[in-house]
Amino acid sequence: MNTDRFIFAVLIQRCIPTTVSELIMQCCVCKEKPATVHLTQIVGEKMQKLDLCEDCAKAKGVNDPTSFAMADLMLGLGASQELDASAGAAEVKCPRCGFSQADFKKSGRLGCPQCYQTFAEGLGGLLKTMHKGTRHVGKAPENLRKTRELGDRLKSLQKKLAKAIGEEDYETAAEFRDEIKAMTGAAPAKSR
Amino acid sequence: MKDIHQFLCSPAEATHRHGPHDRIVMSSRVRLARNLREHAFPGWAKKPERVKILETILPAVSALPEMADSFGEAMDNLTALDKQLLVERHLISREHAAKSVGSGLVVDRAESFCVLINEEDHLRMQALRPGFQTREAWLAIDKLDSALEKKLNYAFDDGLGYLTACPTNLGTGIRVSAMLHLPGLVLGEQINPIIQSVNKLGLAVRGLYGEGTEALGNVFQVSNQMTLGESETVIVERLEKVLGQIVEHEENARQMLMEKKPKVVYNHIGRAYGVLANAHSISSKETMNLLSLLRLGVDMAMFPGTQRGLVDELFLTTQPAHLQKQVSDKLTAEERDLLRADMVREQLKSVSRPVTK
Repeated sequence: MNTDRFIFAVLIQRCIPTTVSELIMQCCVCKEKPATVHLTQIVGEKMQKLDLCEDCAKAKGVNDPTSFAMADLMLGLGASQELDASAGAAEVKCPRCGFSQADFKKSGRLGCPQCYQTFAEGLGGLLKTMHKGTRHVGKAPENLRKTRELGDRLKSLQKKLAKAIGEEDYETAAEFRDEIKAMTGAAPAKSR
Repeated sequence: MKDIHQFLCSPAEATHRHGPHDRIVMSSRVRLARNLREHAFPGWAKKPERVKILETILPAVSALPEMADSFGEAMDNLTALDKQLLVERHLISREHAAKSVGSGLVVDRAESFCVLINEEDHLRMQALRPGFQTREAWLAIDKLDSALEKKLNYAFDDGLGYLTACPTNLGTGIRVSAMLHLPGLVLGEQINPIIQSVNKLGLAVRGLYGEGTEALGNVFQVSNQMTLGESETVIVERLEKVLGQIVEHEENARQMLMEKKPKVVYNHIGRAYGVLANAHSISSKETMNLLSLLRLGVDMAMFPGTQRGLVDELFLTTQPAHLQKQVSDKLTAEERDLLRADMVREQLKSVSRPVTK
């Protein structure tokens, strides 16, 4: 997993061609050997470049540039495979906007906000390699902030409750249970 | 219809804005990506939908108090030259300059806020500040965003945060960046290891005009890449820390150069001055690279009495669209090179030869 992260970070730098690629024509994967395999893909008005050394190109299976998808360039090698694997061969389409897995593979972008739900399964793995975490931390629209904070607090209370029960500390558990009850009103959130 | 060139303040005024550490940090910027819940992302939405989105967002943004004195327009109402001008001012991306029907922008006169509508996302709002002011830029754009969220229905998911067209911007949708002038690190041949270590921290280093551009004039853009799983404040603070370190490295590199290789420095700056002050035809690329050395010379007190602002102004006015705007006739590239050289010679008349010890 660690090496995956590394590969991704490097690819994002290099694939979006920068000054860097002008300064150092090193392999963008191993960053040691000189790059001899240069991939360029033009989609719309955007040009994407990738510079690999012979060994890394082989290791990544980059022999045929035509088989190279934009999602890989944008999101790191293996991105589109991961998506394919999760969805199987069936062509999933977003019920809201009609965007398909293949469209994502081509453009590296999604069709509409709903797509995140439609393609949630495949995206999960991608997000893990791409970001620090897979759950949003930080700003939220004000009208959602309160419910968000409430939800977070509820979750932490439920954890504490489970822990207290596990430790057979029923007195503390009762306190947490009452607090949860008070927060969720008459109907407990997730009663068995 | 308002003319964007007349609306924006003159290059002289624009380049004489000061901020902390602006010797090295030319400007700071924080961008937030936002989308409307009800619509497909701009890259997938059909033209009528994009127009509808623009018609929803443009008035909402223009009505914000921060945008009281602003220029708001659909991209199809701007000429290619106007768009290029906006790119040269770093107000819009090249990608946005290529947009037409269904896209737009709103920029305030002080160029402290610029909102792009239907670029890759429905909204790309940015706060810009001169010098090293990433935190100030974040606070400013946070406020603008909070005001806007009351008028627009943002696509937000409890687990994933703000939903964006590209998963790389998901979560906070934030990009914190600074434009750095690093001639010392380039001349001292230390720039590559610096770029590599910055990359390892998960930050990107790009050229003068952002993605896919080269570092003309030794100008580099440093920005965060990860947007999910960390709060905006944590991201801003990390950038602040790294930028502070790069500034320190650049200062040290300049000092080292002056101690160990003064002749190399004098040679570069002296030649740059010689060409700029005497050329009769010069390309925009060569001008930028030489102006970078002139700027370094000003920083190193080799041009007493000359303000850095003069160099920064030339940096902007010698760019193709700014140059074209100064004359009425359409210029060819060759004619621009002549005009550019004339202008630079004229401006450098008041600058005496570099002083060396």
